Amino acid sequence: MKTMLAIISNALCRMTGRNAGAQTVSEGARVVVSRSFADFTPQATFDIKKCDLHRLEEGPPVKAELTREQGLQYYRTMQTVRRMELKADQLYKQKIIRGFCHLYDGQEACAAGIEAAINPSDHLITAYRAHGYTYTRGVSVKEILAELTGRRGGVAKGKGGSMHMYAPHFYGGNGIVGAQVPLGAGIALACQYQGNNQVCVTLYGDGAANQGQLFESYNMAALWKLPCIFICENNKYGMGTSVERAAASTDYYKRGDFIPGLRVDGMDVLCVREAAQFAADHCRAGKGPIIMELQTYRYHGHSMSDPGVSYRTREEIQEVRSKSDPISMLKERMLSHNMASVEEFKEIDIEIRKQVEDATQFATSDPEPPLEELCNHIFSNNPLLEVRGTNPWSKLKSVS
Amino acid sequence: MAAAARLFLRGANSKLSIAPGSLGTTLLKLSPNCSSRTKTQRRHAAHFTFQPDPVPSQYGPTQKMNLFQSITSALDNTLASDPTAVIFGEDVAFGGVFRCTVGLRDKYGKDRVFNTPLCEQGIVGFGIGVAVAGATAIAEIQFADYIFPAFDQIVNEAAKYRYRSGNMFDCGNLTIRAPWGCVGHGSLYHSQSPEAFFAHCPGLKVVIPRSPIQAKGLLLSCIADKNPCIFFEPKILYRAAVEQVPEDPYTIPLSQAEVLQEGSDVTLVAWGTQIHVLKEVASMAQEKLGVSCEVIDLQTILPWDIETVCKSVVKTGRLLISHEAPVTGGFASEISSTVQVRLKWPVSHPPHSHVFTLCTDDVNCWCIH
Repeated sequence: MKTMLAIISNALCRMTGRNAGAQTVSEGARVVVSRSFADFTPQATFDIKKCDLHRLEEGPPVKAELTREQGLQYYRTMQTVRRMELKADQLYKQKIIRGFCHLYDGQEACAAGIEAAINPSDHLITAYRAHGYTYTRGVSVKEILAELTGRRGGVAKGKGGSMHMYAPHFYGGNGIVGAQVPLGAGIALACQYQGNNQVCVTLYGDGAANQGQLFESYNMAALWKLPCIFICENNKYGMGTSVERAAASTDYYKRGDFIPGLRVDGMDVLCVREAAQFAADHCRAGKGPIIMELQTYRYHGHSMSDPGVSYRTREEIQEVRSKSDPISMLKERMLSHNMASVEEFKEIDIEIRKQVEDATQFATSDPEPPLEELCNHIFSNNPLLEVRGTNPWSKLKSVS
Repeated sequence: MAAAARLFLRGANSKLSIAPGSLGTTLLKLSPNCSSRTKTQRRHAAHFTFQPDPVPSQYGPTQKMNLFQSITSALDNTLASDPTAVIFGEDVAFGGVFRCTVGLRDKYGKDRVFNTPLCEQGIVGFGIGVAVAGATAIAEIQFADYIFPAFDQIVNEAAKYRYRSGNMFDCGNLTIRAPWGCVGHGSLYHSQSPEAFFAHCPGLKVVIPRSPIQAKGLLLSCIADKNPCIFFEPKILYRAAVEQVPEDPYTIPLSQAEVLQEGSDVTLVAWGTQIHVLKEVASMAQEKLGVSCEVIDLQTILPWDIETVCKSVVKTGRLLISHEAPVTGGFASEISSTVQVRLKWPVSHPPHSHVFTLCTDDVNCWCIH
């Protein structure tokens, strides 16, 4: 009965455009709405796309359960990453961020979904499109933006920049394409050796999928049954080269050959979460490595020096934005199942905007690291090492 | 942009009566981007002015070209004259990330100018195979920083092919091109100068041009040379360096250093972008100190022109070498020790032979900002 009342009142509120959480009386309906978020559906089940399977009898479930809290959290995560990346774009154009900057907007569902499926004690390593993962692995927006602007408050003390951000259990942030994959296999070996039931999520892109060292990693991981989840974020373009023109086989989930694989809709955070959960369970059960291919899309070009429209049409980008945007998809799902209200999402957006603005303020006002720190951390050394500067009369100290 | 240099002073026959070391200090104090004081936080952008060479008259009609256009011209000449020539690498088909191969695919066909997937080891290995089978292979590695997965192929396969097969096979038809050096915003992986790693490998030739005219001539020499060559192109000069470059093909001999400016007091040796820095330093030294500098462009790193450098040092008595790469194990160390050995300088007399290392931080010379 109460649920009935709740549904009716919500429907009426939607029609009248009033906030369901507010104390209102719907005129003419004689229904008193009490101020309570219990009016929202606490949990719902959604159909998700079935994953293509390789060497697997069964795959992740085709239905995903989502609680209100989870939904709002995923929304918040994805929206924060989106706003942060757009702010980075703005700062780059203002020449406050220099160097190389590879933006992640469009692919947020991958980072959010994976993080939802693994534990903070699990490990993750990725390539250079790393800002999203840096955030999901626990670094604040403030520290990320300060690192991009090269200030001392940055997560790598201002010495790393866009491609080199790290956090506990997050190994970066790696510039050379494909080089992070054997590292990920190694981290998985350490997990296995230490018997701590952790897994290592090793990410790479469709361009890196053609690097030799990946196949070496697949072989080692399979041979020794390492708890390594290899994830290919296939955003259809390796810089400016489309997957068809770079790869003899674009079934990246099958490229591991003897390693089981899943092809997942990377624009749906629930799909990613279920698949990552399935993969993590697979590894933790000692079955060895598994490959996931996340089919996703990036709105920006490869980096800030790539407009992103010379190898794909604006129509294509627009189509993905309107039909498969991960944030919109989640929002619509939650709204259609009455798990949250439009106003609530708006509030979250405003909060996030403020958070990003404050972070930007910090990132633009924090001082740069002092010259004394230039040579720190070359080696691990005790006592301190003296390093020649740009001329023999400036000796710099290297402290580690 | 940091420079690495070794300054030698020959005490006994010193032509200038200045105390050891102060020449270096004064030279450096004049240089705008060096200071022995603690620097305040300031953006240190790469500073140099490209100094074009005079228009060459002996090669026929010339056209205004920048560095990447001169490379395109050289490749165009090659594809036109050599039917077996092929160009391949990442993104070369549309013209390359630095526009070095613009228009070539349309002109010569997609079987002669084609993209490879993202696999440097594969690119070079494949290039060696192409070269061994008799075709002229011109492989592009997108940035010199990415050449390391191919290091094994270059050092173990390409360089040693002729030797280990008793001259039955060779991959002399292989030329590897890569953008090289500091660009100001390249950070760790778009700024490296790895010539020293390859200088340690007999069987290879390593060449670095300073300008468009040099680049075209040297590249054509590398392609024609019957040994595997690595051609590093200073990326900061791709657009900044503009000269009148001959349209027809011409070659500039390898392993011959060029004396750009004669002088009597100190020999300055460099390659690539640093030549322009040193030319500026030389003119400042002349103006402010009355010091006459001899500037030498090494051009070919391996095998390098020992004779020209030694002859110059015999004349001047002092040598300063400047390069972007880290100083430990950098090519300057090879030059300085070879010169010392050749000229039999008395290292047993410490007060008179001072080795000053004016060097880049051994850490890195790439800038994040």
